[in-house]
Amino acid sequence: MSINTVSDVEFGFELPAFTPDTSMDNVRRFAVAAGWNGPRFTDHEAARKEGLPGALVPGIMSQGFLSAMIHHWAPVAEVRLVDTVFRAPCIVDQTYNINGVVTDIDEDSGEVEIDLTVTNDEGETRVFGTAKVLLPT
Amino acid sequence: MHSPDEPLDVDALREQFLNVVFDEYELTLDAERLADYARSCGEIASKYTDPADPDFQAPPTIASSFQPRTRYPEGFPTFKGLGMDAGKAVAPMQPMRAGVPITARTHMHDIYTKSGRSGRMVFFVNRMEFSSADGELLGTADTSIVIREKPQT
Repeated sequence: MSINTVSDVEFGFELPAFTPDTSMDNVRRFAVAAGWNGPRFTDHEAARKEGLPGALVPGIMSQGFLSAMIHHWAPVAEVRLVDTVFRAPCIVDQTYNINGVVTDIDEDSGEVEIDLTVTNDEGETRVFGTAKVLLPT
Repeated sequence: MHSPDEPLDVDALREQFLNVVFDEYELTLDAERLADYARSCGEIASKYTDPADPDFQAPPTIASSFQPRTRYPEGFPTFKGLGMDAGKAVAPMQPMRAGVPITARTHMHDIYTKSGRSGRMVFFVNRMEFSSADGELLGTADTSIVIREKPQT
């Protein structure tokens, strides 16, 4: 269902699941664009030498995934807040899923609150947070 | 002077360091890098992915990618152990656009603790504020850093 105004949103609605591109090529592209192109994000071997399980998906890229997921669901949404806790690292070349659920709606202001999680294939939460978006009233 | 082995005096730190700007610099965004940032995150709207779009702007979470040149204010006490990144919050208010000067100012926004049987954790929240040349606030980005103190006997 296309979301055009706040009245299209229902409390408890689950946003369409979003599978971000965490391939090495894409993370490298992001890292260069963000100026975060250190080896811990762009090279599995170098990351392992630092004691990490592999190259990391930057936390700020996870925030970008969350924003993109919201725009896939509601292209007119204006993101006003993305507040995230990085519980455990996301590793490049592993598969993650992003889920969101609507937890609050202010029909007057158009503000919608969404709880978000980034989970791996085992269902473990790696990142969680809250977003606030504005939709036309 | 504070010893790294002593518990931090959080009230004194709050009194001395909260809301004092300790870093400021100017930045300018590059259109192609903004578009790459947005596309790699999965954004599909042309206002984020196509520099030729008349409303082209940075993706909403871009402010999180910037960092102050120093993590703590001058004179801030040292402590044992590495501070860990506990989270980030980004609050876009107005579009950030390529080629337009933006001023980034950083202050310590909050210091608080959480205590349990295993000891105390101290959280520091640095806030970067991004403003246009005419002083309009474009957005903020908070970075939380946590340290774990040894249990006090």
